[in-house]
Order: sequence, then structure tokens, then C-alpha cells
Amino acid sequence: MIAVLLVFFPLIASLLVLLANNAMAKKAALFFSVIELVITGYACYLIRTQPDTAMLRFNTPWIFAMGINFHVVLDGISFVLVLLTNILLPIIVLSSFKREFKNANAFYALVLFMQMALVGVFMAMDGFLFYIFWELALIPIYFICLLWGGEDRARITFKFFIYTLVGSLFMLVGLIFLYQHTGPTHSFDINALYKAGQGLTLKAQTFVFWCMFLAFAIKMPVFPFHTWQPDTYTTAPAQGTMLLSGIMLKMGTYGLIRWLIPMVPLGIAEWGQTAVILSIIGIIYASCIAIVQKDFKRLIAYSSIAHVGLIAAGTFAFNIQGLQGAMVQMFSHGINVVGLFFIVDIISSRMNTREISQLGGIRNVAPQFAVFFLIVLLGSVALPLTNGFIGEFLLLNGLYQYNAWYAAIAGLSVILGAVYMLRGYQNIMLGETNKLTLGFADLDRNEKAVLIPLIILIIGLGVYPKPLLDITQPALEKLINSFQAIVSK
Amino acid sequence: MIALLIISLLGVKAMGAEILNFKKPLPFAVLLGLALAIGAGVYEWNHPVNISLFNNMLVFNHYALAFTISLCLITFLWFLLSQNYLESETAVTDHYALILFSLAGAIIMTSFGHMVMLFLGIEIMSIPLYVLAGSNKKSLASNEAAFKYFLMGAFATGVLLFGITLIYGATGSFDLIVISEYILQHAFEMPAFFYAGLILLIAGLAFKVSAAPFHFWAPDVYHGSPNVVTAFMSTIVKTAAFAAFFRLFSTCFHSVENSWSQVIWVMAAITLLLGNITAVYQLSFKRMLAYSSISHAGYILLAILAMNNYSAGAICYYTLAYSVAGITAFTVLQQVYALKGNDLIESFNGLAKRNPLLAFALTVSMLSLAGIPPTGGFFAKYTIFIAAINKGHIYLVLIAVIASLIGVYYYFRLIIAAYFKPVNDEAAIELSFQHKLLLILTILITLALGLFPNYILHLFS
Repeated sequence: MIAVLLVFFPLIASLLVLLANNAMAKKAALFFSVIELVITGYACYLIRTQPDTAMLRFNTPWIFAMGINFHVVLDGISFVLVLLTNILLPIIVLSSFKREFKNANAFYALVLFMQMALVGVFMAMDGFLFYIFWELALIPIYFICLLWGGEDRARITFKFFIYTLVGSLFMLVGLIFLYQHTGPTHSFDINALYKAGQGLTLKAQTFVFWCMFLAFAIKMPVFPFHTWQPDTYTTAPAQGTMLLSGIMLKMGTYGLIRWLIPMVPLGIAEWGQTAVILSIIGIIYASCIAIVQKDFKRLIAYSSIAHVGLIAAGTFAFNIQGLQGAMVQMFSHGINVVGLFFIVDIISSRMNTREISQLGGIRNVAPQFAVFFLIVLLGSVALPLTNGFIGEFLLLNGLYQYNAWYAAIAGLSVILGAVYMLRGYQNIMLGETNKLTLGFADLDRNEKAVLIPLIILIIGLGVYPKPLLDITQPALEKLINSFQAIVSK
Repeated sequence: MIALLIISLLGVKAMGAEILNFKKPLPFAVLLGLALAIGAGVYEWNHPVNISLFNNMLVFNHYALAFTISLCLITFLWFLLSQNYLESETAVTDHYALILFSLAGAIIMTSFGHMVMLFLGIEIMSIPLYVLAGSNKKSLASNEAAFKYFLMGAFATGVLLFGITLIYGATGSFDLIVISEYILQHAFEMPAFFYAGLILLIAGLAFKVSAAPFHFWAPDVYHGSPNVVTAFMSTIVKTAAFAAFFRLFSTCFHSVENSWSQVIWVMAAITLLLGNITAVYQLSFKRMLAYSSISHAGYILLAILAMNNYSAGAICYYTLAYSVAGITAFTVLQQVYALKGNDLIESFNGLAKRNPLLAFALTVSMLSLAGIPPTGGFFAKYTIFIAAINKGHIYLVLIAVIASLIGVYYYFRLIIAAYFKPVNDEAAIELSFQHKLLLILTILITLALGLFPNYILHLFS
């Protein structure tokens, strides 16, 4: 029951917020998203004490003519991402308090609607349901970017929409193809699909692999499917960018772990190498481009590609360290990137520019801001004792077991990351204060309220990541064992 | 069966309404009659009696009933859309009569058991439409549409009739069941002209459903006819034509599938690509809808090609979802047309400011036509893909996927125009109660079709 509540509570909240007037909308949205977080907390307690309870599962026939069930399950892998979604959502809502949106009620309703779709994606255990939620998540973000975005938004968001839809439709074809092979009683249940996929010939598995991989690779995005991303991130309103980078791209990495790799083991054995190489190319390529960016928001957009590339590479290595790393890093990256985009939003709303060259010396006028900024940034460049370090270390460790050379090249990302991030920090915060930055006001209460939880998470996870690792461990081991059994056959 | 009687009687009544002093209550009577027809269809569905009349000339099985209900429902919505327009015309009652007779023909097309009834159904449905297409007497485009439609339609009917004749010559019967049994018994000894007849049948029916390469008439006819007539043509006529197409081929020619499936395969691929790509270049919304309606014919051809257990349900579902979205789109077009006097896409700029409900309805309808969840259009496409992949037509499905991506591009132009393009005047659009009701109904139906497809698919399993 808790499972259903988690999925549908945001939907109800979304409709209620839509009815609220503009002044009330943001408070209502915050209130509802905090309640959702409380429900998640209860689910966390359940998952730690009695992981097999029926509270965390729900399965009912939905379209029985086609073997489609409304089947949602909260296990270790899902939980991490649901937790991430529900932690970030109140923060994202809170971060928008100072902005006056036109039609605020519609904006917050869309944000909450998106929360429903995202939680649904992370919990769906039925191929068709997964696809529905996957598509549902796209519609609100499209409208958020389109209605409240920056310049040239119509063209850019449209490109983004078409791009992701291409991927999803190929994924749909792949899912239907698997569905056709689920034996006489066709079913979309994930285990039936696993069985169907694992029984296919190599040629058919290859086909399914590319269909599904395309969808996930576009969502993340992995090189060379990333061309929509920098533009979209830059033009979207800050909250839209946070949703996109903090939560939405995890749909892709989650899809790899849950929906792709166990589905077509032979396809992975054949093509996994290619996927790893693409991810690594993406890491290096995006890092190099990030170094030469002038616009700070774009810089972070590119850094996001690099981080996600590492997650993808570690996932395809498919050993316990790599997967653990992927889970932790998905969580950490969500936290860090939302923090960074919020900082960009603070700078651009105060200075009306994001050009790194026009800023400088902000530290002298806003010391508190400088400290917060630095901590978030260090999390992002994976300094030990921050959350980024745990994830990247595990990922590189996993990749090293897969192939030492790949790990060495991917490891450059940490160095390059330090280069562009610290240079950015230096140019924005240090040096001489100029005419523009002299008027930079320090953080106010609302901004601190957003940043403090993020900072606590960054340092807390960096020092003590055990709870996260404990929750994901059993589910991941189960996955790996079943995978190994098939490949070694 | 009862539905057909009700509608025919209504048609006669409408024709005589001027003399019988029945003009005032006619609009209400028509809506009531259609609602009764839907009720009758549902009743017959639940009390299965496989009615066949006149030595199997008409067979009202479940397939026929499902399409009858769906057609009556769409016509009901259509009357909600067009009553204002009809009231403003001269010769109101004639319009009513023509539409009702056309609907009667459409119902015959879904329930024929005999080639002659197929032919009669097509004619009864088409002839009123030739008249209606030209009903805007003062407009040159409307005259051109009527003329084109009539000539091409007559020609296609001739081709179809020739096909029927050849099939008769090869099998010695007009009765669908007899034909199919004959083909089964003489599977490998059919004469060459039987296959020629098949191709001619396909050509004639392809004309009716406006599939490439027999689609050339459609854009001009759709564009020239009055808006409401186009709405009728692109929804009800298409639904009936597909119902007939599938009924004929699934009962008669299922066993010689290999001889015609290639033809349909190529037709579907061309229709999908051509319809969608041409739609991108249209500046007029009405012409765009015409091309999009051609491309939707391509999707439904996939289900005919699949010829398996999914097909009937998929076609019924698809045509219903497509028609409801189509009626919504034409309702919005009608309102914008009344304000702006043209049907260019740029006239839709800033529609959200003029009337939020209209803009939202347009959005839902476009999402449904583009096949985005959670609308009915998505599920419809999905069932079609399932049917086709089940048959092993994976490449054709990939073509269809690419085609629907192109579709997204031009459907979204409308959404973008409605919400994000600036307008220079702030003229609001006031909706009558009837149109408000209609839009809310269609939005609800579209979403319900997307969220609870079980009920319809369940009917066919």
C-alpha cells in the first residue's frame, strides 16, 4: 500500500496545487512534497526492518487482455532513487520561492506531476507501466522548459522532446519485441521479460540491446547522443534544470541497471565494451569542452555529461563495486548538481549574467556564499570525505576490474573535473571585486534553507555512506548472480 | 440492427421535417435518436443474437456492433460540434437527412455479409457526401471539392465493382462465407483473374480510406469542403471504410494472405512516410489534418496486414481514438475560423489567451494524434504495433515509429502556436454551452481511452 501511496500522492497533490491560487501554490507544493518525503521515510524504515513486507509491493491487473499489470515494487535499487527524488523535490520547490512565476499554480502542479512520473519510473515492475511513466515524465518537463524557459526555448525544448521521444519509441519497440517472446501467455511482467530476453539468440538480443540502449543513452545522455543536453539545460528555468539533471537523467542510468543489463546478457557481453567506450569518450570529450565554457551554467551542463558517462561506464562493468558506485554516485550526483545549479541561479539572478569572465571577487563581499559554494563544488570534484568521492572511487574500482586501461582514462575525469571546476571558482569568487560584483548580497534565509540540507547530505554521505550501501547491496548481488549464471552457461 | 433502423427512420423523418412541421425539435430528436442507437447497440451486444438478415446479406455480429456503437458515438459528437453551423445554413433539414443517410451507409459497411451490400453501403455513404462537400455553394473551393470527390469517388467505385465482379467470376458467389470456403477448397487453383480482382478491390478500398497511392483527392477535398463536413469525412467515413476493409479481407481472403500482403506492406510504408512528410510542409491547419489523416490510414493498414487476433480490436480502438481527437481538432478549428476567417496555423497563435479550454483541448487532441501517453492515441498506436510485431513485421513498425516521430513535429507546432506565439490582438473566443460540453466530453474520452483501454480491448478478446 505504501508503494501505491508513494506513486499517487504527488498526483493528488498536483491536482490540489493546480486548484490553489498563485500565492498559495508554492507553500502548498512544499507542504505536499515534505509529506511525500515523510512517507518515503516510513518506507525506509520498512525496507530496513522487513524488506519483504507486502506494504512495499502492489500488483493488480490493469489491462488483462494484454497481460499488463499495475505492478510497483520498492526494493533497494528503486528505493535509493525514490529517496533521491523525494529529497530533492522539496529542495527544488524551496529554491524557487524567490522567483515570481506567472501561473505559479500550473508550474508547481507540473513539478509535482513530474514527481509522480519519476517515482513511478523507479518503481514500475511491468514493462508497459515503465514505458507509460517514462513518457509521462517527459510531458511536464517539456512544458516547464517551454513556459518558463529562457531565450530560444521553443526550438531547443522541441529538439529535446523529439530527441527523447525517438529513444522512447525505440525502447517501446524493444519491449514489445520481448513481450512477443514471453511464451504463450504474453505478459509484460519484468521477470517474464527477463526470461524472454535471456532466451533470445545473440542477434535478437543485439537488436533489443540497441533499442533499449538508445533510449537510456539519450536520457543520460551518453556521447554521441548528448547534443540536446547543454542547450536544454541552459535555456530551462533553474528548477527545470535541477529536475532534468538531478532526477531525470537517473532514469537512464536506472534503466541500464534494471531494464537493460539483466534483460540481454549476451547482448551486453557482445556490445557492453562498445557502450563503455562510448561512455569514456563522452567523459573526456565533455570535460574538455567544459574547460573552455564561458557560461557557468553551460559548464555545469557539460560536467554533468562527464559524471554520467562515468556512471554508465561503471554500470556496464557490472561487478558489485561498479554497481554500488553507480547507485551511490547517482544519489550524490543528484545532490551535487542541484546544489551547483542553485548556485548558478543565485549568481545569475543577482548579477543578470552567467559569463565567468564578467564575475570575480565575490568572496570578498559574500563570504558565506563562498563557503557553501566551495563545499558543493568539492563534492562535485570528488574530494575525499565528500559524497562524490565515495561514488567515483567505487566506480573507478569497478571499472579497473573490468579493464585497467579504461579505468586509467576514465580517471582523468577526476583531474579534468578539478581543473574546470576550480578554475571556474577562482574566476568567479576570488581575485579582484569589480564594479558589477560589488553589489553582490550574501545569502538570505531562503537560500540557506536550500543549501544547508544539501551540504549536510554532501558531507554526511562522504563520511558515512554505509546506510546507502547496505540498502542496495542485497538487490544488486541478486542481479549480478543471476547475470553471471547466464553468461557462464 | 436496431441502430440501423433508428438512424434510417430518423433520416426519413429529417427529410420530411419541412412538410411535417418538425423543424424545431429536429436537432434534439437527432441527438436523442443517436443516443438511443448507441443504447440499442450496447443492448444487443449484451444479448448476443447473431442476427443475419436477407440470407446473410447483413450480419450483425459483435464486430459490426462495436463499430456501429463507435460510429454512432462519433456522429453524436459531430452533431454537438456542427449544430450551430447547420442552424446558420439554409436547407437545415436536408443537411440532417444527408448526414443521417450517410451514417446509415456507414453502418451497412460495417455489417455486410455480401459483396452487394458492401457496394450499396459505400454508395449510400458516399453520395450524400458528394452533395455535402459542395454545400458551400458560393465558394469555389467547395465546388471544386465536390466535383473532384464525385469524379474520383465514382471512378474508385467502378474499380471496386470490377474487382467484385472478377471475384464473383472466380468463386461463383457474392456471399463472404461462401467465397472464403471456396477459396479454402481451391487454394492453389484459383485463376489469375481472381488475383486481379483482389488487387482491384484493394485499390477501390484504398481510395476510400485515402491510402497512398490513391490519396490524391483527399487534401483538396478535405480542404475545400466546409469544416464540419471535413470533420465528418475524416472521422466517420474513414472508420467505416476501414471496418469494411478489414471485414472483407479477414473473412474472405485470410487464406490467400501471401498473395496480397506484400501490396499492403508497400502501401502502408508509402502512406506513412508520404502523409507525414507532406504534412510538415502545410501552412493551413485543415490541409495538415488532411495529410495527417492520410498518415493515420497508414497505421491502420498495419493492423490489416497483421490479420491476427489483435487486429479487429486494434482497428476499432484506433479509429475511435483518432476520430475523437479529430472531432476535437475540428471543433477548435471551427472556433478559430469563425474569429479569423482562415485556417492557417498562424491563426492559432496565442489561442491560450483567447480561451484556455480551447487551447487545452487542442493540446490533448494533438497529443493523442501524435500518440503520446496518457492519451488514447498512444494506446491505439501501441496496439497496432503489437499486432504488427506479432506478425513479424518489425521493419514496417520501425518505419511507423519514424513516421510518428515526424508526426510529433507537426502536431506540436499547434501546441507551440497556441501557448507560446505572441498575438497582436486580444480578441477572446466565447464558447457556446454545447461546444464546452463537447470539448470536455472529448477530453475525458481521450484520457479515458488512454488510461482504461481494457474495456474496449476486452470486448474483442
